[in-house]
Amino acid sequence: MRGSSIRKGVVTAYVALYVAILYFPVLLLPVFSVNDSATPKLPLTGFTLKWYSGLASNETMHSAAWNSLLVGVSAALLSTILGICAARAITRHQFTGKGVASGLIMAPLILPEIIIAISLLVVLLSVGIELSLLTVILGHLLICVPYSVTVLVSGFEGFDPSMEEASRDLGETTWGTLRRVTLPMLAPSIISSLLVTFTISLDEFILAFFLSGTEPTLPVYIWGQLRFAAKLPNVLALGSVMIAASLVMLTVAEIVRRRAEARTAAKTE
Amino acid sequence: MSGNEGNPLPAMTGRTAGRWLRSDSGQGWLTISPPFVYALLLLAGPILVIIANSFWSQDYLTIDHTFTLKNYREALTEPIYRDLLFRSLFVSVIVSIVTVVLAYPVAWFVSFHGGKYKGIWLFVITVPFWSGYLLRILSWKVILGYNGVLNTGLQYLSIISEPLSSLLYNVNAVIITLAHSWAAFAILPLFVSLEKVDRTLLEAASDLGDGPIRGFLRVTLPLTMPGIIAALMIVMIPTVGDYVTPKLVGGKDGVMIANAIQVQFGKAANWPLGAALAVSTMVIVGMVAGAMVLLLLGLKRLVK
Repeated sequence: MRGSSIRKGVVTAYVALYVAILYFPVLLLPVFSVNDSATPKLPLTGFTLKWYSGLASNETMHSAAWNSLLVGVSAALLSTILGICAARAITRHQFTGKGVASGLIMAPLILPEIIIAISLLVVLLSVGIELSLLTVILGHLLICVPYSVTVLVSGFEGFDPSMEEASRDLGETTWGTLRRVTLPMLAPSIISSLLVTFTISLDEFILAFFLSGTEPTLPVYIWGQLRFAAKLPNVLALGSVMIAASLVMLTVAEIVRRRAEARTAAKTE
Repeated sequence: MSGNEGNPLPAMTGRTAGRWLRSDSGQGWLTISPPFVYALLLLAGPILVIIANSFWSQDYLTIDHTFTLKNYREALTEPIYRDLLFRSLFVSVIVSIVTVVLAYPVAWFVSFHGGKYKGIWLFVITVPFWSGYLLRILSWKVILGYNGVLNTGLQYLSIISEPLSSLLYNVNAVIITLAHSWAAFAILPLFVSLEKVDRTLLEAASDLGDGPIRGFLRVTLPLTMPGIIAALMIVMIPTVGDYVTPKLVGGKDGVMIANAIQVQFGKAANWPLGAALAVSTMVIVGMVAGAMVLLLLGLKRLVK
């Protein structure tokens, strides 16, 4: 009995250390973003907000942020729509070739992004489509859909298909059933999918780097700034803002998802 | 249509098609078709185009479409590409093993001792994976740099007198950064497979005299082999093509194959060679992955 509690203690300490190391680099950026020194090193020299105020007046950064917002919202909306289709087919229908179809849709999860990026780049340039924010959206859709599908599959699994049947039996049209039964039941998963895919798009660099042409998204803008050592504190400030935004969105997505899960669990009990 | 009136066949196929569309199979395909066609057009199609490109050749500004293997000859025999390929494979295999070994106890802890907080644990662990890919790598550069956090911190504490120059711009820095980046992702398949382990089997093992370590080795580990394999693959395959990490923290000695591929599609403008490099990488990493799966399945049999 003593042995097992010691073992558990060791594993708990290990897990704590693991999580600490996981977060250490992420938390380091905000620390140095308020440090009054042009180079990030120890010891810290003093508190300042000047790196943040430098962001407020930076026009190029603002347009990159606008680009990221545009790409993120489009990718989130479209990937959630495509994700609903895929998740519905996966959870509600049996058909030959389902494995192949869902395998292809989920493949970007495991493919190196550079492979997706160069393949798309070559095809787009070959057929004469100019690189723009639209081409970034096309690329981001590929990597966002698998995440939408994952979130939405659990959404579809969380509600009973007989509710849709009941709605149709009671005279609702297909569209009416979708609008008044399916979508409300799925709403938490849809919100969760929108937030997660927006975060993924906001964070994504490789595809944006290859496909963005002359209009950079925020990560591509940051990449360009890394050439200038003097800009590093500003980059750290911007990065801290982006990470904070991502954390808020992911946390909201998680809360929405858990609440819905708790609700369906309570209903089935 | 009018020309076919005497022929029952088109009407038949029309009716069968209609019936098929109303069947579960037809409905399924119809529902999945928007994302499927999208992936077909923008993923499968372009990858086929890349494969085709790898068998063509660059002729100044145009592409010569006659079949050739010369890109593969170059990709696989030029020392520089061979070295980069070998290094990328080495890095991705090491990173995947390190990640899985370090993540396994965490996944085990969450699954066996997480209680009702399992979901929160998983969320806390996976969040860093979702945010700040570029920034996390940048952060490692700040930590490991010559005048970075680690060196200046150690100097401040008088542990070292001169900054260590061996921290950044080498393969180790690439491995550390990638292992950190992918740590959270490896947890998920491991956790899923640990959740599936029937707890009564462990009780049975302990009733039959197996200690906790033997029980783990003979029950938990073999049963979670699918999760271990999935975690290895989910880390190894994407990391072989990582571009940013070698570029930011790898320096001259840490360059990987993705950097060479990018050059061929950018400055060097030799798409066919870039395509051959990309295809070779994928085929070779696929083969290494297959070999690893076979090895692990063999090991599993041995343990039993």
